[in-house]
This record gives sequence, C-alpha cells and structure tokens, in this order.
Amino acid sequence: MSLTDAQPDGAVPELSGAEIVIQALVDEGVELVFGYPGGAVLHIYDALFKQGSLKHILVRHEQAAAHAADGYARATGKCGVCLVTSGPGATNAVTGIATAYMDSIPMVVLTGQVPTPFIGSDAFQEVDTVGITRPCVKHNFLVKDVRDLALTIRKAFHIATTGRPGPVVVDIPKDVTDPNIKIPYVYPREIKLRSYNPVEKGHLGQIRKAVDLMLAAKRPVFYTGGGVVLGDGSAQLTELVKATGFPITSTLMGLGAFPMTDPQFLGMLGMHGTYEANMAMHETDVLIAIGARFDDRVTGKIEHFCPHAQIIHIDVDPASIAKNVKVDVPIVGQVASVLADMLRLYREQQPKSPANALNDWWTKIGEWRALNCLKYPANTTAIKPQFAVETLYKVTNGELYLASDVGQHQMFAAQFYPFDAPRRWINSGGLGTMGYGLPAAIGAQLAHPEAQVACISGDASILMCIQELATCQQYRLPIKVVLLNNGYMGMVRQWQELFYESRYSHSYVDALPDFVKLAESFGHVGMRIERPEDLEDAMREAFAMRDRFVFLDVIVDPTENVYPMIMAGKGHHEMQLSPSHSDRELA
Amino acid sequence: MRHIIAVLLENEAGALSRVAGLFSARGYNIESLTVAPTDDPTLSRMTLVTTGNDEIVEQIKKQLNKLIDTVKLVDLSEGDHIEREMLMVKVRAERPDREELKRLVDIFRAKIIDVTEVSYVIELTGASRKLDAFIAALPEGLIIEVVRSGPTGIARGSKGLTL
Ligand SMILES: Cc1cc2nc3c(=O)[nH]c(=O)nc-3n(C[C@H](O)[C@H](O)[C@H](O)COP(=O)(O)OP(=O)(O)OC[C@H]3O[C@@H](n4cnc5c(N)ncnc54)[C@H](O)[C@@H]3O)c2cc1C
Ligand SMILES: Cc1ncc(C[n+]2csc(CCOP(=O)(O)OP(=O)(O)O)c2C)c(N)n1
Ligand SMILES: [Mg+2]
Repeated sequence: MSLTDAQPDGAVPELSGAEIVIQALVDEGVELVFGYPGGAVLHIYDALFKQGSLKHILVRHEQAAAHAADGYARATGKCGVCLVTSGPGATNAVTGIATAYMDSIPMVVLTGQVPTPFIGSDAFQEVDTVGITRPCVKHNFLVKDVRDLALTIRKAFHIATTGRPGPVVVDIPKDVTDPNIKIPYVYPREIKLRSYNPVEKGHLGQIRKAVDLMLAAKRPVFYTGGGVVLGDGSAQLTELVKATGFPITSTLMGLGAFPMTDPQFLGMLGMHGTYEANMAMHETDVLIAIGARFDDRVTGKIEHFCPHAQIIHIDVDPASIAKNVKVDVPIVGQVASVLADMLRLYREQQPKSPANALNDWWTKIGEWRALNCLKYPANTTAIKPQFAVETLYKVTNGELYLASDVGQHQMFAAQFYPFDAPRRWINSGGLGTMGYGLPAAIGAQLAHPEAQVACISGDASILMCIQELATCQQYRLPIKVVLLNNGYMGMVRQWQELFYESRYSHSYVDALPDFVKLAESFGHVGMRIERPEDLEDAMREAFAMRDRFVFLDVIVDPTENVYPMIMAGKGHHEMQLSPSHSDRELA
Repeated sequence: MRHIIAVLLENEAGALSRVAGLFSARGYNIESLTVAPTDDPTLSRMTLVTTGNDEIVEQIKKQLNKLIDTVKLVDLSEGDHIEREMLMVKVRAERPDREELKRLVDIFRAKIIDVTEVSYVIELTGASRKLDAFIAALPEGLIIEVVRSGPTGIARGSKGLTL
C-alpha cells in the first residue's frame, strides 16, 4: 500500500509532512531506512507504521544507523538513508556522517528537530544539527515549511548522489511533520540547481594530452582510488588497463575496482602497500591517477612523491586536483565517461607503439615482486593474523562482501584478501572509524540477502558497536564476524613498539568479554579458535551455516605487526620490510 | 599575495556560515568579508579578501566553488577592478580641533555626517589604503571609534558578475 494509492487518477493527494517524508522516500526508490525513533520524529514513525512500501531497520544506536546506511550504499551504489531523532539522536549519528563524508559515500540523513517556534530556545533535545554537521556533510538543509519538504528531499538525494557523492542532512522540525496539516503532494522529478552543476564528461583535449603522455611512457603506472568504485568505472578501467598493458596499483578505497588477482595488479600502495607498488610509484615516468585523492597515507613524504613522473589526474571534484600534489594533466569528469573516451583515443593511436615497449619496466617490477614483501613468519602454536585472513579467503573463494573495522586486521585484510570485484571491500579509510564494521556489514547483508557477508574486526573495534548483535538477531542476518583477537589495540601497540620504545600506554585491552558467550547471549552462534590447525575447519563450519549469524573469536599472535611499512617522513622507496626478511633483502 | 574575491551566493539561511566555516576549518586566512543581497533578492553578493600563495588561493577558490550555495565566483585581483570601502569614524571635536578636522575632511573628500558640541562622525569611502591614510592623518588622541565596512569590489569594463 502506498500513501498515494487511494487517489483517483490525476488527482493530487493531500499529505501531512510526516506522510510526505515517507512518500518522498518511496518515490525516490528507497527500499530501506535505518533508524531509531524519538520524540521529534514520532509523527514520521507513525506514518511509517501506517504504510507498507518502505522497510525500516531498527538499529541499536544512531551511529550504527549511519554506518549501516553507508554500508548499504557502498555495497550497492545506491543512496543510503537513515532517520534519527533530534538532539542525542543527531549527535550520535555524527560519527557515521563524518565517516561517510570522508569516503564520499552517498547518503541522506533525516534528523528530527524541535518544533520551529522552539528553535534557538535550548528546548528539550535541541541541538543545532545543521551547525554541528556542516563541516562533515556535502550539504545540509533545515526545512521550516512543510511546503518545502518534498522539494528539499528531492534536492538532498540529487546532491548526495551526483558529482562527488557525500552525505546530506535534512533537519525536519516536528511541527513540519504535523499529521493534521495536509498539503497537496507532488514529488518533483526533474531538478535543476543553478548553483550546482557537476561535470560529467572530461575535456577531450585534455584526455588527448593524457593519451599522448601514456603512449610515450616508458614506466607508466595506474594509481586508482575509491572514485572508480564510487563512479562505477570498474569495467572501463579494466578494459583500459588490459588495452595498455600497464601495471596498476590501488588505494585502500579502490580495492577490487580492478581484479586484484590479475598479474597486472601490483597490490595496494601507500603506508602498508606492497614494495612493488610503492617502488613503481617512485620510479614511474607517467602516473595516471584515477579517482584518488593523494592522501597522506598514500603519498608518503610529499617531497619524495613520484620524483620522475608527469602526472595525469582524473577526478570529478576539481578541488581534489592539485590539492596536495602538482598535476600536469588535470581532467575533471566522471571516471566512467572519461575512461571510455580515453580508451577510444588510446585505441586510435595504439598501433604506433611497439608491443614490447614495456618489457624493461615489467622486468624491473618482477625484481621488486621477487622480494615477496608480504612474507610473514609461519604459525607457531599461535595463529598468525595473516594466515587467518588467507584461510578466510580460501574458505570463501574470495567472494565475500567483507566489511572491516579499523586497525591491523583491516590492513591484513587489504593485503591478504584480494578482491576481484568492486563494492566487496567495505571499510572506513578516510576517518578510520572503529565500530564501523559490524553495522556496515548489516547494511551490506540487507542489500544482498543471498550473498555471504562477513565483518573482519579487532577485539577493541568490535566493542564500539557491539550492541548491533541485537539488530542482527532481530532481522536474522547471517553475517559472520571474524574477530582477529590479539588482546591489544594492535595498530596502536605497533606504533608504540616502533616509535615509543615499546611503552604500551593503554593499548592493552584488559577485561575482554567471553565473545562466545556474548554472541550466544544475543541468540547467535559463537566459536573460539585457538590453534592454527583448527582454523580452516572452523571457518568452513561457520560459513556452512547459511542462515545463522556466527561470531568467530580467532585468537591470534598478539605481537604480530603489519609490514611492509612506510615510516613517517619517508618516501615510497624507503619502505621498511618485516623482520622476517633478512638484512640483505632490505631496500 | 592579497586577493579580493567576489562570490554570488544563493540568498539562503546559513550560506554565510558555510563560507566562514570553510575558512576556519581549512585554516585559510580571511582579512575581511562583506555580504548583502543584490538587486535579485534570491542572490547575495559576498566580497572577501584573503592572502596566500597561488596554490592556496587556487584551493580557496575551488573550495568556495564547491559549496552548493555558490552560484558564481570571480577573483577580482586577476583583472582590472575597482575597490571601495566605507569608513565611519567618530572623533572628539572640541573647538580648537574643529578647523583642522574640517581641513582634513576636505583634503580626503570625506563628509561630516553627525555633529555634537564635542564630536563629529566622519564618513569616507575609497580604496582601503586611502582609509588607512585618513586614519593616520587624524590628529593623535581624537579618535573615539572606527568602523569600516571591509572592501567591496567590481570589475572594470562592461562585463558583470551576474547569472
Ligand atoms: C589504519 C589505516 C591505514 C591506512 N593505510 C593506507 C594505505 O596503506 N594505503 C592506502 O591507500 N590507504 C590507506 N588508508 C586509507 C587512507 O586514509 C585514505 O582513506 C585513502 O588512501 C583514500 O583513498 P582514495 O585516494 O582512493 O580516495 P577516496 O577517499 O576514495 O576519494 C575518492 C576520490 O575520487 C573522486 N571521485 C569520487 N567519485 C568520482 C567519480 N564518479 N569520478 C571521478 N572521480 C570521483 C573524489 O572526488 C575523490 O577525490 C588507511 C586507513 C586507515 C584507517
Ligand atoms: C573511534 C576510534 N578511536 C580510536 C581510534 C585509533 N585507533 C586506530 S586503530 C586502533 C586499535 C584497534 O584495535 P583492534 O580493533 O583490536 O584492532 P587491531 O589493530 O588489534 O587489529 C585505535 C585505538 C580509531 N581509529 N577510531
Ligand atoms: Mg586487537
């Protein structure tokens, strides 16, 4: 049943503000809303109760509502939607909004607000939501008149999903949703904002310049990022990389946009990237950056960044270009469109370049690869976290939607779980939000009910949104949590070991719960695995339970560190390899 | 380098705070900022003065353009332009000082717009440097209060910053 169904043909329905909110979401094609009720949104929740087209998922904390909407968006490419109340509801959601903002995730956040006459009076559960969220949204709105509601919601979706995507907050005072005030409802289809016109197609002259550089390159490399995933440019990217035969590396956010098991893929770059990817960056003469934003985790010391390269940068956001690094050929446009044009122009020119022109370059890369930079020590009696991720890969055939928390486990997953498709790897890169993983997995599982969804987490991160175990039970979500339990905030401990002479200040996680019992208390299956030889069978058993949520508490070596690593202030060519590499091998 | 940037903004609640927030969040310098509605009531025009090297100013302009409320933007310092700022200064004006003050007002083509037994309010419009010079020229100890609008600017020639 839809709120507008009862109308005779052609007649415009009269709806209250609360009904408009629901109907606008339905008309926008939204299937799922993640939310948590409260006073300021009670009219909306009542309208939600009375309809049947929009599904609402009740989370257990508003931060999780935002993360779940974000996870849903990353797993599908659609806009995530969440609904929270005023005051604490809105402030709880802020971490989730900022997380989405940093990674450019399309999301619409509806927040309740105190009634308009009370705004500014320090009313009960009043906060300046528009003010608080301003620095971490793409845009936000305060709707003061019910007649603006439908148009504002349409604008919010338009802004969130076009150009460089991002979260948009719509703050709705309670009186605007008054069930007794009904107005004619028409959902605007087309929208034009004179102040907002994101670029679609890239400038052909610039693309031609880029292609000329690429054809003349002796040591080219593609450096791709989250923008390729966000802009659904994976197919075009893969075709271009295949056509050129160039090596390719990706940021943490772009993993899977190009198949990671393909021999042309050098692994991730940056702080915990591979030796071969970072060396290729250092030696390249033509860098083709695509939907990546030259983050400090990626560039290393900026003075040492790509010292020999001419840089081509494709990005939909002009402000991303030349922000941190000078660029020779800027191209503003949507990845998919620009890459299609680039491929066409490249193919027109291609025959001029000899097929084996890159042999020397690939030979060099082969030498770097031979170092086997991800090599790690064999399991002793303890499970190595790297081995745990490799086993996970084996057991799931690399086909997971894998959400991650933040820490060492996140890096191990990025290094040892090669994704061959985009939107499978769901993690917080820009903000690095612990607590993101479990709710994001909820969003991904609801988006893909038949797919296998897992959350890789750490003993510290998982406790930051542990209440969502209840949500998983309520909606019978068969997610698998793979907890790499090292008893530490491993990433923090690693830095303290390396840079603070092993003074482990408050990074030891004392008083951990019994995760098996904890999972069971929420109605889930819990398993604890302590020995390397038990791991694969346990994982197989867990993933065979297709309709159950399983919490795998994997006890791993507490002292393992993430390598290789670019230390602070170093360049790509100065990577530190793990101690399991002999001194002779060290770069 | 000093840049004077003119921005056409949607005349929406909060547009000004988005600009101000952008400058503080990204640590950009802001020397002055003025804003008022235009002949089109749906648009405000803002003039802001900032300093920074070329890269920073380029980023500032891109970030300003990125704001959803920004309709158009021009860096006036890139071409021929005219800048004007308005100053009102309240000075002590007792008998012995009145003649000297009036002479200065004449020289600078300022105006006395309020008079009491003991004070004047003087108005002066011009380039910011002229205003500085006027303030410097006022006899010591007479200034009671200074208020300046911050510079506004417009490009020379027939082209306008309009929709
Ligand atoms: C513990 C930890 C360690 C980390 N270590 C590393 C590391 O070793 N290596 C690493 O790479 N990262 C690492 N990160 C992540 C890092 O912090 C950044 O989040 C990441 O590098 C940014 O990725 P990106 O450049 O792809 O940008 P994103 O944040 O994904 O930005 C996407 C870019 O693409 C553009 N874009 C968006 N949509 C489109 C479109 N349709 N068309 C064209 N352009 C578009 C955007 O404007 C933006 O510039 C780490 C994070 C954590 C938490
Ligand atoms: C909300 C939040 N607080 C603090 C941090 C800083 N931080 C980054 S990693 C980390 C430790 C994570 O520990 P755990 O979840 O156990 O993962 P591990 O590194 O041990 O795999 C911390 C505290 C953060 N990223 N997010
Ligand atoms: Mg840990």
